Amino acid sequence: MLKLENVSMAIGDNTGEAREIITGINLEFKPGKLYAITGPNGGGKTTIAKVIMGIYKNNSGHVLLDGEDISNLSVSERAKKGIAYAFQQPPRFKGLTVPDMLNIARPGLDQVGIRKSLRDVGLCPEDYQDRDVGPGLSGGEMKRIEIAQVLARDARVSIFDEPEAGVDLWTIQRLIGLIIAKYQNSPKSTAIIITHNERVLPICDEIIVVDGGRIDKQGSGAEIWPLIKDDIECKVKLQCRGEIGYEF
Amino acid sequence: MSFKAEDMKLISTITDLTDIPSGAINIRVDGQAVIRNSSPNISVGPNDDGTGLKVEIKAGTRDEAVHVPVIVTKAGFKDKVYNTFIVNEDADVTIIAGCGIHNDSHADSGHDGIHTIIVKKGSHMKYVEKHYGEGSGRGKKILNPTTDITVEDGASAEMELVQIAGVDDTLRSTIARIHENGSLKITERLMTHDDQRAESLIDVYLKGTGGNAQILSRAVARDKSSQVFKAALIGQADALGHLECDAIIMDQAKIQSVPQLVAEDAQAVLTHEAAIGKIAGEQLVKLMSLGLSEEEAVNTIIEGFLK
Repeated sequence: MLKLENVSMAIGDNTGEAREIITGINLEFKPGKLYAITGPNGGGKTTIAKVIMGIYKNNSGHVLLDGEDISNLSVSERAKKGIAYAFQQPPRFKGLTVPDMLNIARPGLDQVGIRKSLRDVGLCPEDYQDRDVGPGLSGGEMKRIEIAQVLARDARVSIFDEPEAGVDLWTIQRLIGLIIAKYQNSPKSTAIIITHNERVLPICDEIIVVDGGRIDKQGSGAEIWPLIKDDIECKVKLQCRGEIGYEF
Repeated sequence: MSFKAEDMKLISTITDLTDIPSGAINIRVDGQAVIRNSSPNISVGPNDDGTGLKVEIKAGTRDEAVHVPVIVTKAGFKDKVYNTFIVNEDADVTIIAGCGIHNDSHADSGHDGIHTIIVKKGSHMKYVEKHYGEGSGRGKKILNPTTDITVEDGASAEMELVQIAGVDDTLRSTIARIHENGSLKITERLMTHDDQRAESLIDVYLKGTGGNAQILSRAVARDKSSQVFKAALIGQADALGHLECDAIIMDQAKIQSVPQLVAEDAQAVLTHEAAIGKIAGEQLVKLMSLGLSEEEAVNTIIEGFLK
């Protein structure tokens, strides 16, 4: 089980003052469950994910994995312990191909496994055998390949940071369906999806609403979804009418 | 002819050969040709003044290769060779060159390979030249290749120039002339480390209508090494040229990159891109999030970049 105990993280702002990005976060992520973290932009969702992965270091509190305090472990040490993170905007690499990245994600993955990983995220394997994970790929392709890497890792805790961002509507459904199918009934794995997607939120075992760097609401999908759905649906309608952008 | 294990390892590093192949080959060790064979379509022999090789590929030869690696293993040995390669009409061949130096002494060892290459009408040539140095002595490993290539009408050439590691000092000069509807792609990949110094000068003249040239340079400079890359595309006709130089700089290294475009014809279209930068932190974090250590992540990024 992954546990965050009273976790805070602050950065220095342009006046030199420390500004807390997340404050006093207490969360438990149990195996076999699918969690959604949602909330407004700048609320602290990605920061929580990056603190779990070790990309950001918490200034106070503890990150515990099966009771072990991993707060001081590096990103790679946490990855080896079974935490995986699909970046919201994955970086690009010159000279590393799509199969190279999948092989790094899961050493020893053979051609059959590579092809399956790519097909699962809706990519035709033949088109990606020699292609760099570089500037030649679209944002949507990068996102699918990023998710394929995390799925290939079979990690104990997998975090997907806005898997729908930058992806076409058809693909969103496919990717979300894939993540749900893999994790919803998986007794040993935990999935955390950072999302605003109104189709994902109601079916998650637990919804965590983060706002202003704090936990605003937390509970089962059945409890929390009715409290936030109007807000989310209103925003979706405004997006469809072009009155607001897709980021919120 | 069999080689000592360490010599074969050196040959293998620069040619990817695990054994001596049949067919056209010349292996030069410490200034002497120790293996020289021609094939029915590729003649390998001394040049007219005895200063090096003349390799001639018959017109129409398809899918054949010739290997001409050089190794220097004698302490303080300085080798110089003049080689000519002629790829006659409508051939399609691969030339594997390259040089490896093993130097355990405190005297400098070196090799200057001066190559003239002519790719005749309608032919295609792939030329691969890898450089590598090793050894525990303080003596430098010095490699100074000079290449003059002519790509005739409708011919095409690909040149893959690689400095793997261990070369203390190098001055690489390449001059190319591309004629009507000819095309040339030069890919250069250089790695320097410690106190090494590398200078690469490339001038490509687009002389004929419909000519096409691409120069792609990837460089990594680590430790206190320094690199200078100067490449010029000179458009003298209705032709296309693109120059791209990317470099990763690390530690206390220095890199100078000077792309130059010269248009001497109003129809010439010449472009360039150049970038020097350190490894991005987000790239390191991404690979570390897949379980690599920081050192493994750095090496993976460099290996990929230079691949």
